[in-house]
Amino acid sequence: MLCKLSLKNIKKSFKDYAIYFFTLILGVAIFYVFNALDSQTVMMDVSKSTEEIIELMMTMLSGVSVFVSFILGFLIIYASRFLIKRRNKEFGIYLTLGMSKRKISLILFFETLFIGIISLIVGLLFGILLSQAMSLVVANMFEANLTKFAFVFSSSACIKTIIYFSIMYLLVMIFNTISVSKCKLIDLLNGAKKTEEIKLKNPYLCIIIFIVSCLILGRAYYTVTHDFLTLQEVTDIIKPIMMGAIATFFIFWSLSGLILRIAMSIKKFYYKGLNSFTLRQFSSQINTTVFGATIICLMLFITICLLSACLTMKNSMNANIKELAPVDAMFTVNMNMDKYYEKYRNYGYNDSQIKNSHYTAKEMFELFDFDITSYFKDYIEVNTYATPDLTMNNTLGSKLNSIRIEFPFLAYDTMESIMKISDYNRVAKFYGIKEYSLNENEYMIVADFKSMVSVRNIALKNNETINLFGHTLKPKYDSCQDGFLEMSSQHINTGIILVPDNVVDEEYLVQNHLIGNYKTNNKKEIAEIENSINKLDEDKKANEYLLPSGSTKLAIKEATTGLSAMVTFIGLYLGIIFLISSAAILGLKELSESSDNKERFKMLRKIGTDEKMINKALFRQIAIFFMLPLILALIHSIFGIMFAVKILEVFGTEELLPSIIATAIFIVIIYGGYFLITYYSSKNIIKERL
Amino acid sequence: MKNILKVDKIEKYYGSRSSLTKAIDNMSFEVEKGEFVAIMGTSGSGKTTLLNCISTIDKVTSGHIFVGDLDITKLKGNELNKFRREELGFIFQDFNLLDTLTAYENIALALSIQNESSSLIEQKIKKVAEELDIKDVLNKYPYQMSGGQKQRVASARAIVTDPKLILADEPTGALDSKSSKMLLEKFNYLDELGATILMVTHDAFTASYARRVIFIKDGKFFKEIHKGKDTRKEFFDKIIDVVTLLGGDLNDAL
Repeated sequence: MLCKLSLKNIKKSFKDYAIYFFTLILGVAIFYVFNALDSQTVMMDVSKSTEEIIELMMTMLSGVSVFVSFILGFLIIYASRFLIKRRNKEFGIYLTLGMSKRKISLILFFETLFIGIISLIVGLLFGILLSQAMSLVVANMFEANLTKFAFVFSSSACIKTIIYFSIMYLLVMIFNTISVSKCKLIDLLNGAKKTEEIKLKNPYLCIIIFIVSCLILGRAYYTVTHDFLTLQEVTDIIKPIMMGAIATFFIFWSLSGLILRIAMSIKKFYYKGLNSFTLRQFSSQINTTVFGATIICLMLFITICLLSACLTMKNSMNANIKELAPVDAMFTVNMNMDKYYEKYRNYGYNDSQIKNSHYTAKEMFELFDFDITSYFKDYIEVNTYATPDLTMNNTLGSKLNSIRIEFPFLAYDTMESIMKISDYNRVAKFYGIKEYSLNENEYMIVADFKSMVSVRNIALKNNETINLFGHTLKPKYDSCQDGFLEMSSQHINTGIILVPDNVVDEEYLVQNHLIGNYKTNNKKEIAEIENSINKLDEDKKANEYLLPSGSTKLAIKEATTGLSAMVTFIGLYLGIIFLISSAAILGLKELSESSDNKERFKMLRKIGTDEKMINKALFRQIAIFFMLPLILALIHSIFGIMFAVKILEVFGTEELLPSIIATAIFIVIIYGGYFLITYYSSKNIIKERL
Repeated sequence: MKNILKVDKIEKYYGSRSSLTKAIDNMSFEVEKGEFVAIMGTSGSGKTTLLNCISTIDKVTSGHIFVGDLDITKLKGNELNKFRREELGFIFQDFNLLDTLTAYENIALALSIQNESSSLIEQKIKKVAEELDIKDVLNKYPYQMSGGQKQRVASARAIVTDPKLILADEPTGALDSKSSKMLLEKFNYLDELGATILMVTHDAFTASYARRVIFIKDGKFFKEIHKGKDTRKEFFDKIIDVVTLLGGDLNDAL
């Protein structure tokens, strides 16, 4: 009997709450899809290192899933609160008929159970379908070929989804039971009639709070964009974020009163058509959802920042590889390690490795009976030098103390890398980047890591001379020049000092680099070569001689695609969940008030308002309600993205604009979609003829 | 005098062929300009249906209703809305004020949906507020007003557009006797100013304020009486006589 009642209730409200069911189903589906990502790789041809990255990605994603389940749980509980409130009268009738509260709880229990089961089943089916399409995306991300197309189903993801959502629904059941047991019959029966008291907030208080909030917000914006360098620890960012969140809350609080006040004072606007009605509707809506609007605004803000940052990172990293890994491979070996025995000992090298470190990379490979050059089409060998007499303490010269105060965490005692200008030019020619020339007694610095460049430029601008191997050198340029030696996916060259060839003392040789292009272009063959190099590590000799460490285009590419796939998926996952949650809350809030609105629109029709005017009023009301959090979130995001750009400097941010456009399209589709669904369902609800 | 309302042989059926209910069965009457007419009948006699048909909220099955020269049974879609907002004024038993708006804004809405300018709106509201004695409550919300005040605000909304015809559906139904009396006196005042009022009620006391009372029974015209030169008390006694004749639940009047 109770079961039947529950089923009927669900059926009855299905149309009104299509948006809620839809969101639940989408939530389940997305949860499944992202947790089942690894199963897609079954049908792909991926290398071992890619597999490892995928494994790491899955660990990250399952961590994110816990967070996601909190968000969805919050959404479901928040939503069910609306739904229960709206049904107060129904419960009141049950109680007057003599039904016990326990039984009402039971009805709600069954309802949640049915909704849970239906949404889980439909959501999982939808998710399984969606994950088939997802395999194309995954293959594309990892630049892998789809070897075969197979229908994939991840039972572990499926079970995980069921467990997580069961816990969420269980919490909702407990929550519902508590809220039912607390309610009073008289409130239930009169709940519908009781009109909310409409209090106009004191306009002066509103203005003051609005201005204060704007100031706090401005201060937070300033901190993350201009006062950026005061943020040394990860926890320092919490303060501006908290300031922003609190300011957001009070801006909504004051704005809900101010907008109405301002509109009311413009009589020509206020008393035109249904404007007064629409504005009142909006203001009563926002008044009761200041907290919700704040949360939604912040979620939208995070979504926008997250998505544009992740996409920028992905695009920039892929673009960077072309620039920063221009050749196939580079092998580096430490030389003259015995000179700094203690230091290398601490790094974990053994005695014989340190003692036997007088071979170049090429010679070292030969010791391992491996003729690396036979695989190369062309190659070069260059050296880098370092001396304890030239650390950053020396290169920064007289500016050291002021820089130290500003950047206390730099490693000032590390030896600087020194290269002969002719060596660097050979590398530059090989890489196809800019070559330089130096006169006697001149030095220059090549670097591309932006923050370090700015630190070094302070000293260079001051024309600081350096003393090296008995020579005094002055800088040729007043700023760092672009360039790099080590291949990588990011701009991480913190600085190489280039000096005239005759200055260098060969005794201070610390590293030898072998840079080359393979004869073959075939990815598989290259992977084989590099595999055999990696296998040398298992050779007994590896204990006596230090094997040169390689940094190859292929490895960099795989790491990069892996990393970019990871950030993209995490960004997408959180982005979608945040977006659908916030849009769903707004939509539900609007729809849960539709029964009140129905009465109001009925009155408007009775006094002869045109259908067109009513639709326009409804559209505007919902549009303002959806737009307000979005607008504030957009303003937040401008500064958030500026901050993210600084954080992501090493990855390069050239691809920012396309990412922002992609994010905008994404938001317009999901958020806009929810807006339209809300509008059309509201229209449907109020449509009923007189 | 010119007819404002002419109801011509209207019929209204509900239900299907197998179980047909005749809510209004071949009814005709006329209301002249400036008249104050009450329609009385027992519950189920069809008085609310009649009012709904006149106000175009419901459609007649057959027959015609003319307001001025316009046959409103032929109107469709937005013409209906236009007719309602420009030619009719409504007063409902449960006030039907928008709870989110102040009294002033509620009255203004009737004008603003006709695209009146805000200065004209202000003028008109000032005038109507004085006539109905609601100047003090203009800035209050419905929940801050008494029933009588609410109904006078609703009345102000109904007459502020200068409608051809004011329709009132049990306007005193939710009011105490003191507020009822006050409201009805205001109706008399409006009548003197030249408004045409058609009021539906089942309460003899309320009806006694009208100048003519039309009695309907089972969807048919039953009888009508004119106040003529009678005092209100005498007219009330006459109404009670007819009510006794009608029988039913109208005996409970005052």
